[in-house]
Amino acid sequence: MSFISYLINGISLGSVYAIIALGYTMVYGIAKMLNFAHGDVIMIGAYTVLTLLTGAGVNPWIAVLIGMATCTVLGMLIEKVAYKPLRNASSSLAVLITAIGVSYLLQNTALLVFGADTKSFINFIPVPSVSMAQRELTITGTTIVTIVACLVIMCGLMLFVNKTKPGRAMKAVSEDRGAAQLMGVNVNATISLTFAIGSGLAAVAGVLLCSAYPSLTPYTGAMPGIKAFVAAVFGGIGSIPGAMIGGILLGIIETLGKAYISSQVADAIVFAVLIVVLLVKPTGLFGKNIQEKV
Amino acid sequence: MKINILKTMNKTTKSNTITYLLVAVVYLVVQLLVSTGNISSLMKGLLVPLCVYAIAAISLNLVVGISGELSLGHAGFMCVGAYSSAFFSVYVGEGMPELLRFILAILVGAGVAAVFGILIGIPVLKLRGDYLAIVTLAFGEIIKNLMNVMYIGRDSKGLHFSVKDTTSLNLEADGQVIVKGALGITGTPKDSTFTIGIVLLLIALFIILNLVNSRSGRAIMAIRDNRIAAESVGINVTKYKLMAFSISAALAGVAGVLYAHNLSTLTVKKFDYNTSILILVFVVLGGIGNIRGSMIAAVILTVLPEVLRGLSDYRMLIYAVVLIAMMLFNWAPAAINWKAKIKAKFKNKNAKEAE
Repeated sequence: MSFISYLINGISLGSVYAIIALGYTMVYGIAKMLNFAHGDVIMIGAYTVLTLLTGAGVNPWIAVLIGMATCTVLGMLIEKVAYKPLRNASSSLAVLITAIGVSYLLQNTALLVFGADTKSFINFIPVPSVSMAQRELTITGTTIVTIVACLVIMCGLMLFVNKTKPGRAMKAVSEDRGAAQLMGVNVNATISLTFAIGSGLAAVAGVLLCSAYPSLTPYTGAMPGIKAFVAAVFGGIGSIPGAMIGGILLGIIETLGKAYISSQVADAIVFAVLIVVLLVKPTGLFGKNIQEKV
Repeated sequence: MKINILKTMNKTTKSNTITYLLVAVVYLVVQLLVSTGNISSLMKGLLVPLCVYAIAAISLNLVVGISGELSLGHAGFMCVGAYSSAFFSVYVGEGMPELLRFILAILVGAGVAAVFGILIGIPVLKLRGDYLAIVTLAFGEIIKNLMNVMYIGRDSKGLHFSVKDTTSLNLEADGQVIVKGALGITGTPKDSTFTIGIVLLLIALFIILNLVNSRSGRAIMAIRDNRIAAESVGINVTKYKLMAFSISAALAGVAGVLYAHNLSTLTVKKFDYNTSILILVFVVLGGIGNIRGSMIAAVILTVLPEVLRGLSDYRMLIYAVVLIAMMLFNWAPAAINWKAKIKAKFKNKNAKEAE
């Protein structure tokens, strides 16, 4: 029974990674950049929701909506101020370092505004725990909500990208920016929209992450951010189902590694599996293999 | 034609000479300040770390700038070099003259880091771009995690290894634990000095600058600019990429050795992902492929937070803002055009005045 409960915990953690990875993968697919500040947007989202809950006593659902709105605006602002001027820079590394700068900026702003002490997040998810198999297996409400949220978000994103006009514009921009522009797609607006969606999802991920692991510091977002990046690469960066599968696999490997091998080397196992996957399939599990033309 | 080649040769020689001279002048100025007592103890403590970061930055520039691959695990190589050399120094202890022990420690650190460089380099060659970045990142994290749980001790029977704790080493009564897991290695002799740091920096510069201007260096840059074209003129891509990667790893190992022998306690905390990123920031800010630039950036960005220490809480915030602003100013096409315009204006003015 304990194996199944570890597995479910792994899927739950993986679902959070998957939601973060979706933001990473969409931004990578469309803007061709690794947004290292994505993890810190999660942290800002979690702080916003926590402040609204404890400070203003806002209804939890409204708090989450405001948190999402805050992160959406923040994401678009970051894109506009820090990334857009570098879009046509001669080296793609320039925008990467700027993203790192933004990451430091967000962390240190949070440090000044919210303080360095660990804040404990209030779990407000109203779903009760479920007991199964003569009470040997308990699934918490947070776990259920996390997994359901992840599935809903993925399906919603798939529908959005494939069925709606702005979604198809995203696909077009990710395939060929120049051609998309010639066909009348507003590239700037599309990239801005991508950042908006990715950052909005980051707020959701922040709330879910902190509901499951209720300690919040200005550095909370950094490690899940890196893990989600790994998950996105794992599944094939740029692919939406890939990010989802990659995230969940990563969560399962991490949780099982912690449970059965050693909590200290669990991360090492995750990264070692990643290296093996990339060696066997260099573009990730669901990545498209693009043939180089001369 | 011949004169042309001579001209360009002179240009690189000139540029290299400036780089060496710059280091020498900085060294002399600092020595002068130290001997006249005009330097704060805070800055004195920064001298060896400055050399460490400068070596790390120029070695990463070999991979990022010259070979054109993004590496996010440079601190991992520093960690390997630091640990292996510190282990060597503690193991040898007083059994050797200080200088000889340190020279051997440097060779050990560089050698072990180079071996890891080759081990990582082989899979790296199959991957492109951002996938390579993630493998190096993964490597850095794996090294950090493994070092954190490693215990090595020795007694009369030889070496004992464990990944659990000190008691499971089963040492005899006279045994000595050398590597203590998360506590790292303690009692490393403090062999690093500013002079040795500068000498190592000059050696690293010499290796990199000569490599860049050699046949191999040109091959590496040809692969960076166009892999397929380079391959089709008969350049062995695997060999040259591996060469750049392993030399860079070895020099990062040297930086690690210098770091390990500067403090008596060595833990893996210092070699995490953030350190890799910090070194990458030096490289990109100083100019990708510009060896001298990355050295200067390393010095400025290491000193900057210390200078800003008076601003306490705000210093990292200012650091972040300065970093973003400098990146935008240096790399944004709009800013580059604007700078070119200003330059052209000045030139026009000067030309008019000359008339």
